[in-house]
Amino acid sequence: MVVALILLLVAIGSVLFHLYSPWWWTPIATNWAYIDHTINITFWITGFVFVAVIAFMAYCVFRFHHKEGRRADYNPENKRLEWWLSVGTGVGVAAMLAPGLVVWHQFVTVPADATEVEVMGQQWQWSFRLPGKDGRLGTSDVRNIASDNPMGLNRDDPHAQDDVVIENGDLHLQMGKPVKVLLRSVDVLHDFYVPEFRAKMDMVPGMVTYFWITPIRTGTFDVLCAELCGAAHYQMRAKVIVDEEREYHAWLEQQKTFAELSPARAVVKATYQSGGR
Amino acid sequence: MVDIPYEGIAGIPPAEVPEVELYHPRSWWTRYVFSQDAKVIAIQYSLTASAIGLVALVLSWLMRLQLGFPGTFSFIDANQYLQFITMHGMIMVIYLLTALFLGGFGNYLIPLMVGARDMVFPYVNMLSYWVYLLAVLVLASTFFVPGGPTGAGWTLYPPQAILSGTPGQDWGIILMMSSLILFIIGFTMGGLNYVVTVLQARTRGMTLMRLPLTVWGIFTATVMALLAFPALFVASVMLLLDRLLGTSFFMPSLVEMGQLSKYGGGSPLLFQHLFWFFGHPEVYIVALPAFGIVSDLISTHARKNIFGYRMMVWAIVGIGALSFVVWAHHMYVSGMFPQFGYFFATTTLIIAIPTAIKVYNWVLTLWRGDIHLRVPMLFALGFIITFVNGGLTGLFLGNVVVDVPLSDTMFVVAHFHMVMGVAPIMVVLGAIYHWYPKVTGRMLNDVLGKFHFWVTFLGAYLIFFPMHYLGLLGVPRRYFELGDTAFIPSSAHSLNAFISVVALTVGFSQMVFLFNLAWSLFKGEASGGNPWRATTLEWQTPETPPGHGNWGKELPIVYRWAYDYSVPGAAEDFIPQNQPPRATQLVQGAAS
Repeated sequence: MVVALILLLVAIGSVLFHLYSPWWWTPIATNWAYIDHTINITFWITGFVFVAVIAFMAYCVFRFHHKEGRRADYNPENKRLEWWLSVGTGVGVAAMLAPGLVVWHQFVTVPADATEVEVMGQQWQWSFRLPGKDGRLGTSDVRNIASDNPMGLNRDDPHAQDDVVIENGDLHLQMGKPVKVLLRSVDVLHDFYVPEFRAKMDMVPGMVTYFWITPIRTGTFDVLCAELCGAAHYQMRAKVIVDEEREYHAWLEQQKTFAELSPARAVVKATYQSGGR
Repeated sequence: MVDIPYEGIAGIPPAEVPEVELYHPRSWWTRYVFSQDAKVIAIQYSLTASAIGLVALVLSWLMRLQLGFPGTFSFIDANQYLQFITMHGMIMVIYLLTALFLGGFGNYLIPLMVGARDMVFPYVNMLSYWVYLLAVLVLASTFFVPGGPTGAGWTLYPPQAILSGTPGQDWGIILMMSSLILFIIGFTMGGLNYVVTVLQARTRGMTLMRLPLTVWGIFTATVMALLAFPALFVASVMLLLDRLLGTSFFMPSLVEMGQLSKYGGGSPLLFQHLFWFFGHPEVYIVALPAFGIVSDLISTHARKNIFGYRMMVWAIVGIGALSFVVWAHHMYVSGMFPQFGYFFATTTLIIAIPTAIKVYNWVLTLWRGDIHLRVPMLFALGFIITFVNGGLTGLFLGNVVVDVPLSDTMFVVAHFHMVMGVAPIMVVLGAIYHWYPKVTGRMLNDVLGKFHFWVTFLGAYLIFFPMHYLGLLGVPRRYFELGDTAFIPSSAHSLNAFISVVALTVGFSQMVFLFNLAWSLFKGEASGGNPWRATTLEWQTPETPPGHGNWGKELPIVYRWAYDYSVPGAAEDFIPQNQPPRATQLVQGAAS
C-alpha cells in the first residue's frame, strides 16, 4: 500500500533527519546546560509520540483501506481507553513541565554574588556599561540623552561618574563569574541575543529587564538583535568576548569612565554636587 | 451513541416557533451581489479570502527568494522584506484563514448542517460580507500609498510600529489599523449570526449533541472570536490614537531618530498583552473549525462513526476555554513579570491533553474502518501528520524555559507554519474537495486532486520540518539577510536555498488546484446530491446545489446523531440523520 508506506517514511525520515542532519545547537558557553537537557527530554517524549501516532495511522491505512466487501466496525466510544490515553498524556506532559519549571526557577533567581552589566539597545546599535569601582550603576533617563551623553546617564548621580561606558565597542565578560545582564532600550523593542548563551530577553523602552548567566568558556560570540526593531534590524550586531580573569582586567583598565568621557564643566558640576554627601 | 430509542419518534418535539417568511430576492443584483442568502455570502467570502490569499502566496515567494538567494534580487530591499513578512502574516491569519473558516465554511455549512433555511439575521449577514470586503480593500490599498504597507511585523508591536525607523510609518500603519477595525466590525455582525443560528434555528430533533463536529468547531470558534477580537479592537484604536493624535497608551518616553519624542507614560507591554489576549485564541479560532471539519472528513471517508464523539465535543469546548488563559506564552522573553512563567507554562501544557485526545480519536476512528483514500481523506491524513508535528513542537515553545533559546528564531516560524498554516490549510483543501460537489453539483478532477495533494503535503513538510533545525541552531527570524555570522555554517545557507526551491514548487502546484476548480465547474463529472454517501443534513437537500431556503417545502426532521456509518444490521453503510427509524427497520427487514 503506497500511501501507508509514504506516511511511514515521513515518520522514519523525520527521525533520521533529527539524528544525522548537521544542524544542531551551538556549543553552549554558559551555565544553562539545564535548558539543553530540558530540550532533550522534550525531544525524546515528543519524538516517541510522533512516531507512535504516525505508525499507528500508517498501519490503519495499510490494514483497513477499502476493499470490496469490507465493512467498518460500529464502535462509538470506549471510556476505559479514552481515560487511559488521557492519563498517559498527562504523565508525559508532567515529565516535560516539571523539569521546565525547576529550571525556570533557576533562570529567574539571580545569585546574590552576580555582578551587574548594562546593555542598552537603540536603532541600530548596542552600548554597554559596567558599574566601575563603586560596584554600582548610576541612574539614567532617556531625557538626559545628548551627543556627549549617549546612554542618558544622570550627571548628578555620583554612582554614574565611575561607570564604564562602551559605545560602539565590544562587551567583555569574565569567565566563571555570574553576571546579571540589565537590559534597557531608548527607542523601540530590541532583544539581546547570543545563541551560545541560551538566555535572551527583550529590551523595552521605559523598563529595565534582565537575565543572568555564568560564562563557562572563553571565546568571541556574535550578538544579534532578536526582536524586530525596524529597517536595519538584521544589521544590529556586536560581539561579546569571554576572557580569563587576567585578560578581562587588562581590557577593563583601558576603558573610559563616564566622567572621563564627559566635558569638564559637567564633571566639575557633578563633583561639586556630590561632594557634600 | 445512539441516544434516541429507535421506536421513539415521540422523542422529536413539535416545532416551537413557526417558520419565518424568508426574504426573497427580486432582481439579479439582490440574488447574486447584495444577496442575503448565506450560501451566496459564503461564496463571496471564500472568493474574496482566496483572492487576498493569493497575494499572500506571492509575498511568500518573494520572501523565500530573498532568504534562499540573498543579494541576488536587487528588486527586494530590507524595507520591502519587512513589508512582505508583515502583510503575508496578517493576510494569512486574519483575512484568509479566519474569514474562510467562519465567513466561508461557517456561512455555507451552518444553516445546511443544522437544518435551517438561512442564517437568522440575513441582512446583517450581508452587511458582514461588505464590511469585510471594505477591510480587504483598505488593506490592499496600502501597497499603493506613499511609503507602502507597514513593515512592523504582523504583531505590530509599538513603539516600533508607529515610529519612523519602520517602513510604512506614514500611511501603511494607519490603514492597517483601520482595516483591522473594519474587519472586526464585519466579523462581529457575521459571528453573532452564526452563534444565534446554531442556538436558535436548529431543526426539530437536532439536539446539541447530535450536531456534526464541523458545527461544534465553527460554533465554538465563533464564540471565542466574539470574546477575543474586542481586545484587538481596543489595541488597534489605541495604537491609531497614539499614531494620529500623539496620545501615549503604549508609548513611553523615548528617543526617535536621535530626538526626544513627545511621547511619555505609556506601556509597550500593555499592547502585547492585549494583542495576545486576542492572538492566542485566534490560533484556536483557526484550529477549531479545522478540528471539526477534519473529524467529519475522516468519519465519512472511513465509513465509520467518529470515535468518542462526546469526548470530542468536550475537548473542543475545553480547548476553547483554556485558550483564554495561555496568551502570555507568547511573551516569555518580553520582559513581563517573570513569575507569570510558571502559570502560563502550566496552562499551556495542560491544553495539550484535550488536544492529544482529539488526535487519538481521529486515528482510532481509522481503526477497523473502511478507509476510502479519496482526495479529502488524503488531506485529512496530511492534516494529522502536520498537526501532530506542529502540536508537539508547541510543547517546546510552551514550556517557558525551553522557549528562551528558541523564541524569535526560525524554530518558531517553522512551528506556527506547521500548526496553524499547513495543518489548517490541509483541512481547507480537503474540505473544498469534499463539499465542492454540493456547492456546484460537479466533482473535482481526481487525478489533479491527488497530484495537488502529494506535492502540497510532501512539499510543505520538506519546507517546514528542516526549518526547525535552523532555529535550533539559532538562526533568527525576520532577518533580511544573515550576513557574516560565525555560528551559521554555509550548509545552513544551502538549506535555505533548498527550502526556497521547494516553496516555489508548492506555490506553483496551487495553480493546478485553481485550474481544477475552474475546469471542473464546467467539465466536472456530475456529482448527484450525495456522492460520498454521507449522513449529515447538507447532503440530503432536495436540490444540489441547494436552492434558496435550502429545504423545499418541509424542514427536515432529525432522528439520530451525525455518525451512523456502518450500523450493524443496516442495509447501507450510512443512515442519514433525517431518516426515520421506521424506514431503517424496513430496510433492515429487507436485508435480512
